[in-house]
Amino acid sequence: MNVAVAKTGKGRAVSDLFTSAEGRLPGSPAITAVRREAFETYERLGLPHRRIEEWKYTDLRALVGEVLPLAAAPDAAALKRAAEAVKAHAIAGASKLVLVDGVFVANLSDVKALVAEAGFKTLREVLEKDAGLLKTASTDAMIALNAAMATDGVVLEIADGAKLSAPIQLIHIATSASASAFTRSQVAVGKGVHATIVETFVAAGAKAYQVNDAVIITVADEADVAHIRLMDDAPDAVNVSSHFVTVGANVKFSFFNMTTGAAVSRLQGFITLAGENSELSANGVNLLQKTEHGDTTLVVDHAVPNCVSREIFRAVIDDRAHSVFQGRIIVRPDAQKTDGKMMTRALLLSDEAEADNKPELEIFADDVSCGHGATAGALDDSLLFYLKARGLPEKQAQALLIQAFVGEAIEQIADEALREHVIGIAERWLERRQ
Amino acid sequence: MALLEVKDLKVRVEEREILHGLTLTVNEGEIHAIMGPNGSGKSTLSHVIAGKPGYEVTDGQILFRGEDLLEMSPDMRAAKGVFLAFQYPVEIPGVATMNFLRTALNAQRKARGEDEFSTPDFLKKVREVSKSLNIPQDMLKRGVNVGFSGGEKKRNEVLQMALFEPSLCILDEMDSGLDIDALRIAADGVNALHSPKRAMVVITHYQRLLNYIVPDIVHVMSKGRVVKSGGKELALELEASGYAQFEDAA
Ligand SMILES: Nc1ncnc2c1ncn2[C@@H]1O[C@H](COP(=O)(O)OP(=O)(O)OP(=O)(O)O)[C@@H](O)[C@H]1O
Ligand SMILES: [Mg+2]
Repeated sequence: MNVAVAKTGKGRAVSDLFTSAEGRLPGSPAITAVRREAFETYERLGLPHRRIEEWKYTDLRALVGEVLPLAAAPDAAALKRAAEAVKAHAIAGASKLVLVDGVFVANLSDVKALVAEAGFKTLREVLEKDAGLLKTASTDAMIALNAAMATDGVVLEIADGAKLSAPIQLIHIATSASASAFTRSQVAVGKGVHATIVETFVAAGAKAYQVNDAVIITVADEADVAHIRLMDDAPDAVNVSSHFVTVGANVKFSFFNMTTGAAVSRLQGFITLAGENSELSANGVNLLQKTEHGDTTLVVDHAVPNCVSREIFRAVIDDRAHSVFQGRIIVRPDAQKTDGKMMTRALLLSDEAEADNKPELEIFADDVSCGHGATAGALDDSLLFYLKARGLPEKQAQALLIQAFVGEAIEQIADEALREHVIGIAERWLERRQ
Repeated sequence: MALLEVKDLKVRVEEREILHGLTLTVNEGEIHAIMGPNGSGKSTLSHVIAGKPGYEVTDGQILFRGEDLLEMSPDMRAAKGVFLAFQYPVEIPGVATMNFLRTALNAQRKARGEDEFSTPDFLKKVREVSKSLNIPQDMLKRGVNVGFSGGEKKRNEVLQMALFEPSLCILDEMDSGLDIDALRIAADGVNALHSPKRAMVVITHYQRLLNYIVPDIVHVMSKGRVVKSGGKELALELEASGYAQFEDAA
């Protein structure tokens, strides 16, 4: 680890990263103790590297090297840039919740509209009393670091039966250079709720920054939830995000992630199907160019019988970029009649593009139907020629075929307006390679 | 100036010469038919004119309105007015036919420095053309050629031809896989496009198509060369006596 190590009064080693931030981290003294413990866990483990199985393809020590110091709270100029970014990236009609450099900004957010439908607090407020949110059953170094350093986030409670009229859009905006933002949010979805939650990560003039985000979602029975994450961070940024989702019975949970930004990124999702007869659809698209490294890691844990999970993942990899997909399906001994399928395809647009795919089935029940499939290949020359013979220039012909390729994952988004929003981001990525 | 001039064209595929010095001249307003046995190089010729990769031109020239076609990218050739209706049109899943048609038409117009079509104008045009070719609208909502029958794929090729209004139309066995009614409809579509400014090159194995699309000149291809050219009666002669006589000539 490259972070400097200092000694505290009690003789314990705590690095500058934490000590210099400590005064700005919200929470009571009891919470500070929880943070300190989490930081010690992180320090013991250090940045994940290739000898840690779960991080084998995403060696943060090699790719990132060090964790940057905590970003300063945004000043007026930063907030002005952030306001413009909100305008550019907001989904029409959505209730926006905006975090700038890891700090919730009320006057860029639609809290008033939201509180009519959901309970809302900031993480900062919650941490005045309760450290529960900083605890997660994980031994992952980046998650421990997130617990130690989280400055803010949103804590939502959607009451039983609520049918939200509009998506909730959590917008993370980075405005500063060479600094880190640590955020942690929680959404508790009540029984029978219909809700759409969108997360957007973008930069507003920021460079070479780092994001470490954690989201904890609990979904009560009979709910129908769409969760969409759109990570379009600056091309020199680092984004490591961790999701913990627990799904009740008779639920429809549909997750979609799209990676179109960041030099190095990892989304690790841990989804537990904890109630029977639920349907999970977890899909993703990585669009990578230059030397970008994008890792999507999904662990789907069938803890109970009679659930269905479907995963469709597509990677489009240009130049010398590197895409990683790790998909693990766990079927616990009790989880009979589990139906879990995972299909991943990579499209390599250059000879130097790289795709790593690690599917894992850990099945401990005997009456299940599980499977996975994977393909990797280039664009089909005969299709390209057909399009060119009809007048499409090379890049445009490629773009049409790339859109078709990722379409299968994007189509899983049920809401048409959201789908169009996602397609728009994918199109901007395609324009960047023209 | 001729619309298309193929001069002494020699083409190799994977080290094997397929066209051995082929010459063909097509003028504006003319309808040419190319007939010839399987494997004589008819599709190869059409692919080289359209710019398909994988063919090595070792000798000769292809001029289009006097310009060197071999120097142009396939999309440039399309924008200049070269259209090949494929013998085997590919299926493109996930690319909606309508989106493809509009993108292609506007790409061609843009390359020629013309204004793009507005959406209503485009839709109107597609509706007109597809109606005349008996193509149902819901077919256009599907992926390009996806799940189309053989005959539907061929009609979709003629639809594109009508939409793009090329000046040179090469039809590679557009009659294969078409039933009698579909053949008549497609041939009517082709005839409707015939104009003094536009030339057609119709590749076929069957005289029947030439009853509908009446050629000015019939060429016989054998073993990578044009071995005989004549009037439309040459097609009837071939129907009666086959290609054996030309194989010796080649
Ligand atoms: N990609 C290729 N690789 C190897 N040989 C090829 C390739 N394409 C064409 N050929 C060969 O070139 C010759 C001419 O083929 P072509 O398809 O042009 O014939 P054709 O006259 O169109 O025949 P048909 O009437 O059956 O359509 C054939 O012998 C064929 O096998
Ligand atoms: Mg042929």
